[in-house]
Amino acid sequence: MSYDATYTKELPLVPERNSFKEIDDVILKPVDSKPTKKWWIAISISGTALAIGLFCWTMTVLYGIGLWGNNNTVAWGFDIVNFVFWIGIGHAGTLISAILFLFRQKWRTAIARFAEAMTIFAVLCATMFVALHTGRPWLDGYLFPYPNQNAIWVNFLSPLNWDVFAVNTYFIISFVFWTIGLIPDFATMRDRTKSGIKKIVYSVLSLGWSNSNRNWQHYERAYLILAGISTPLVLSVHTIVSFDFAVSILPGWHTTIFPPYFVAGAIFSGFGMVLTVMIFVRKIFDMEHIITLDHIEKMNKILLATGTMVGYAYGMEMFMAWYSGYIFEQFTFLNRAFGPYWWAYWIMVACNVGFPQLFWFKKIRRSIPIMFILVLLVNVGMWFERFVIIVTSLHRDFLPSSWAMYYPTIYDFGILLGSFGLFFTLILLFVRVLPSVAISEIKAVAPGAQPSHKHEGGSH
Amino acid sequence: MIKKIVNIFKKVNEDQNPWKDEKSDKVYAVAALFNTPDEIIHAAEKVSNSGYNDFDVNTPYPVHGMDDAMKLKPTRLGWFSFALGLTGTLTALGMIFYMNGIDYNNIIGGKPFFNFPSSVPVTFALTILFTGLTTVGVLIALFSKLPWLNNPLLDSEYSKATSQDKFGIYIKSTDSKFNQSEIETMFSSLGSSAVSLIYDSKVNEKKIKTPIFETGFIKILIGVGVGTAVITYFTLNWVIFQMPFDWMVIQPKVLPQEKSKIFADGFGMREPVPGTVARGFMPYEYKGMPDSLVKLLANPLPVNEKTLLTGQKRYDTYCSPCHGNYGKGDSRLRGQFPNPPTLMSEKVLNWTDGNIYHIITNGQNVMASYAKQISRDDRWAIVHYIRALQRSQNAKDSDLN
Repeated sequence: MSYDATYTKELPLVPERNSFKEIDDVILKPVDSKPTKKWWIAISISGTALAIGLFCWTMTVLYGIGLWGNNNTVAWGFDIVNFVFWIGIGHAGTLISAILFLFRQKWRTAIARFAEAMTIFAVLCATMFVALHTGRPWLDGYLFPYPNQNAIWVNFLSPLNWDVFAVNTYFIISFVFWTIGLIPDFATMRDRTKSGIKKIVYSVLSLGWSNSNRNWQHYERAYLILAGISTPLVLSVHTIVSFDFAVSILPGWHTTIFPPYFVAGAIFSGFGMVLTVMIFVRKIFDMEHIITLDHIEKMNKILLATGTMVGYAYGMEMFMAWYSGYIFEQFTFLNRAFGPYWWAYWIMVACNVGFPQLFWFKKIRRSIPIMFILVLLVNVGMWFERFVIIVTSLHRDFLPSSWAMYYPTIYDFGILLGSFGLFFTLILLFVRVLPSVAISEIKAVAPGAQPSHKHEGGSH
Repeated sequence: MIKKIVNIFKKVNEDQNPWKDEKSDKVYAVAALFNTPDEIIHAAEKVSNSGYNDFDVNTPYPVHGMDDAMKLKPTRLGWFSFALGLTGTLTALGMIFYMNGIDYNNIIGGKPFFNFPSSVPVTFALTILFTGLTTVGVLIALFSKLPWLNNPLLDSEYSKATSQDKFGIYIKSTDSKFNQSEIETMFSSLGSSAVSLIYDSKVNEKKIKTPIFETGFIKILIGVGVGTAVITYFTLNWVIFQMPFDWMVIQPKVLPQEKSKIFADGFGMREPVPGTVARGFMPYEYKGMPDSLVKLLANPLPVNEKTLLTGQKRYDTYCSPCHGNYGKGDSRLRGQFPNPPTLMSEKVLNWTDGNIYHIITNGQNVMASYAKQISRDDRWAIVHYIRALQRSQNAKDSDLN
């Protein structure tokens, strides 16, 4: 976290010492002030979506997953499509907070806290789908190895069980990483607040943090270790999710390209979602000087890079099917592109590979309206990627007599809508009650924040 | 109601807040604020070079180069993370080895019960989990010694300034070289914008008890904890047996003796198709015919001890309740029904074996058919036994020979 370079050219700093107070004021403005009308409108929309989702969720618990469109042939439908979609979105947060930290990308500081929060909320949405898709979610305790009355242990040879461990670890570590970053900010909030109740809450949450350098020393090392372990973790989580498919023998799933392909796709979709939300948040909360256009341009470059990687994977899949000389594999890929789900395939290719190519142009990378349309298309495209992988591979496999089409029901759509409602409701609550930019980190990279003298062999 | 709770909170905050307790007269530290990172680095170097040990620097963010200026040793946090991460690895491998390799084997395509490659993902995840949690736990509890809500620094103007935009340094009174006026002069000469005294809190001096350690408060805490646990336990145990958690007891199928909406007669149980016969079933040729038309052959069974014993057993079971143990028609049912006839009458003595068999099979008057209860061979065995009874009840002297 220690940098000695200037943070950004755009931060307007008049007298240097006032700037830290300004940073506090800008970042904590949504927390200190009463909700605006815009916020109420936003949360009522997301709350409605959440309520619809909760209704469909309850109906599914009451009457079972027969309400969904899944059938004998297409046994995995919207449930797993949405699970993989949300897990993928979470990956951007860890990438920004951990991997970019290890690469000393200072611009990450402005968006790290927010992206980490999105990780946590996205993983929550994802786990909701797998928990529900087991059919009787109140028995999901059996997913974990615990000594039970049946004397049965879980099967560690199964990728689905690896998934349980990977996703849970991912959630816990992301949460811990996020919480550790919040402790110094709680201390700042504790020292600023005038309200008695807030004071008690922040005092407890900050654990009595006093910004002591004897604590900062260990804190920085812990942050580095957490970033160091989160980096392989985030790569492993989507790898293990892809094992759910790649370890099977189904044509279209049984390929070794899946782990890197899934990870690239996850980062791509995650950045798309981070940008979608960030464009609004920086506008609504007047944070244009903290989350600057430069940061957004950098994120667009990552979108371009990962989108092109995903495009390479699409091409390579086609090539492998042809080169394998295996008729079932060849049929699956022809069926994807020209079968009954051709439209899903071409939406996926257009949104993920085609449109992001526009980011080669600097003007488009820096234009908020065009960029907003493009990132929305990325979100759509990545959802369809999971749909294409799961549904088109399943609906026509080895046995033509069992071929079938998949028709999602109103409950499938309702729960999908509800997951977006849950996600955005949590985001809106988060920006109101917690600092959405890491205050202590942003101060550390502000201009003049670090000593100007030649530092004698600093710790980094 | 809400206002009441808010007031209680406010009161707690003003009066008995454990982390805003009264300050004592004892000086805890001399503190100084600086405006720029360069100044604080310089101050820290000066203080550490002057031989002070019990001092600390407070900055709103980690200042680069401060560890060297304060002459701090490198943190040993990483070793804890490494050791406990390794524990996670071994825990995961041991767990999988015991669970799948020893205690509960899964036969899957002839694969080894425990094998390393398939254990890697879970082992990896648990290693990360252990490392992450221990890093945070050790950081908070061991290295930072948090939570410490009675820190005398907290709530002081000094602390509030350092958590926003100032850079502070303080020397504790416990330092062996502590001399208040000397330190104040040193800080002023370093260019400090504000030098202040920080007083210890009474709680730290053990003069008053922290409110959260009052017995009453602890009792309430324990009570709330136990109460919540008990209520949760019983509520959950009740909830998981309510709908929709039916544990698959309720299934859309018809059980025996249940009504069915599918069939016109409303019965769940169905009769076999007309003409169905059971395995080994032989139709009885004279079913429902009067005695006189029956022209049965002789008893197919040989007379021997086994047949007679079978016949006795079946007779005692099925026939004796009415006809009596010796066929005299003298059972205890006499008088309750039309009296069952004796089997010793002249009529019965003169019947052929086939006649008796026909009556057992077909029934007569109030006597029902026994064809369903007694198998064909057993019926013939009963006939033999009745013959034996008739002979024993009407024994002649010549029988003794």
